[in-house]
Amino acid sequence: MAEVSAATPVPEIRTVGVDGMLVSFGSRLSEPANRAALAFRAALAEESWDGVEEVSTSLVSAYVRFDLRHLDHAALRAQLGALLAQRDWYAAELPGQRRLWRIPAVFGTELAPQLPQAAEAAGMTEAEAVASLSAARVRVQTIGFAPGQPYLGELPEVWDIPRQTQLTTRIPEGALAVAIRQLVLFSVATPTGWMHAGQTAVRLFRPDAEEPFLLRPGDEVQFTPVTPEELQGLRRDPLGGARAEELS
Amino acid sequence: MTGTLTVLRAGPGVTIQDDGRPGWLEYGVSRGGAADRLALAEGAALLGQGGELAVVEMVGMGGEFQADSDLRIALTGAPMRASIEGGAVAWNASHLLPAGARLVIGAAQSGSYGYLHVGGGFQTPEHLGARSAHLAAGIGTLLAEGDVLETGPDSGRTTGLGLAPENRFEGGTVRVVASLQTALFPQAELTRFEQTAFRRGARGNRMGVPMESDGEGFRPDGARTVVSEVIVPGDIQVTGDGTPYVLLAENQTTGGYPRIGTVVPCDLPLLAQAAAGAELHFRFIPLEEAVELERAEAERREGLRSQCFPLIRDPRSMSNLLSYQLISGVIAGEEDVL
Repeated sequence: MAEVSAATPVPEIRTVGVDGMLVSFGSRLSEPANRAALAFRAALAEESWDGVEEVSTSLVSAYVRFDLRHLDHAALRAQLGALLAQRDWYAAELPGQRRLWRIPAVFGTELAPQLPQAAEAAGMTEAEAVASLSAARVRVQTIGFAPGQPYLGELPEVWDIPRQTQLTTRIPEGALAVAIRQLVLFSVATPTGWMHAGQTAVRLFRPDAEEPFLLRPGDEVQFTPVTPEELQGLRRDPLGGARAEELS
Repeated sequence: MTGTLTVLRAGPGVTIQDDGRPGWLEYGVSRGGAADRLALAEGAALLGQGGELAVVEMVGMGGEFQADSDLRIALTGAPMRASIEGGAVAWNASHLLPAGARLVIGAAQSGSYGYLHVGGGFQTPEHLGARSAHLAAGIGTLLAEGDVLETGPDSGRTTGLGLAPENRFEGGTVRVVASLQTALFPQAELTRFEQTAFRRGARGNRMGVPMESDGEGFRPDGARTVVSEVIVPGDIQVTGDGTPYVLLAENQTTGGYPRIGTVVPCDLPLLAQAAAGAELHFRFIPLEEAVELERAEAERREGLRSQCFPLIRDPRSMSNLLSYQLISGVIAGEEDVL
């Protein structure tokens, strides 16, 4: 394996339950660890090993679930180790077939009432906060917790603000919320500690649609400011006005 | 032949379930499926058909059903009082439900999840490759009065078989393996976890169940925060107040609470079936032992069909009792009739 600099974390292989293994590229979220996880997951899908039933990513890890009758832990660990050693995954290209989504969002107003609080936590005026959040091109770092729900990052350092300790009782579907240099776009109404700074009309999960999930891990997203009236008009569109272009 | 089963009345937690929809973790959808997978295998054995067919899952309380043509059925999981046209029928058994006859399934006598299987399985619409409702993900709905469920072609003929169920309806000890975050907990906490008598909390559902105890909550070493990681069914996450919470079929796909261990899949039916208040204990076993248990259990489930026995010796379980020449009064004296 190539020489690893002191600053780069070393990938770690751990077991998950009885029939899973996890390859983690860091113990906390970082841009390189997320890129490595996405690239390694894509490589695993490409390898398509016998006995592997499912692969997925979380923020900094790739997960493998396997059939105990066709593969054992020692063999899988050896295969994962060999694949890890093939290259520097922290420097790997992002997987192909990624798209750039532009999603209309209302920042602030009664539709997204915590914009002032979030701006203050980041030390900005509301106008600066809207400019910063809508200028950022963030990547789907992972999809999880609820169907189709993306964790988007990484925002500029100034957005390294904590989640609230007091939970918001109910954040609506399509809400755009900010904390810890990330945005979460909520696919279901739920209680949360993230701050509700924007509101979209996008539906991230449509179980009966030909493509049930709007976003894929690795996609990039930029939020375009619109007025509440404009957003109301977009609610008739299941995509809520979201438009995609292919990234090469 | 295909047919329909009409829901005349349904308890509060009646849904279509199957083996779940694996493969969508990447998109935030957990596998879901029947809370008690063993019950799926038992019903499939009783009807002599594949374990992938969809069934009706009933939480705590059944319902009332009627078929438009003769239908083979099997009843498994948490034992519930059941009758066909007023005549009590055995649980953990297969029966003929004649066309037009009413099947009434009452409250669970122990355990939580009862199952109604039909010959040919239910052929309700598929979503993302499976028929099971996953209410937490917004897939499917609760069954209600008036729902008409299509059933698939049934090539089997046999009914009147029974199967001795593995007793898993009153709590007990579940085996646990160390998982990716077990090492965050000091050994003393792990030992205390194993020594604690837990009660299954009342707030449990298909997403997970809280484990209550009289002692203090459980704490990882220091105030370490963990990055959000993949969750699998059986994971025991420890929430902020130190209460262990076992995640079940409809778990969220990722979570940031540290997990003390993972329940071995073959012990999950016992955990899921434990009713509110049931006593539960956890015991760590080595991963190698868990792997052997899982392999053996997979084989045992495949061989369940050979464990089925004819019910003819027990008149209480004869669904066609009325067609026999019996002295009147025998049925009236049957205390199990609804």
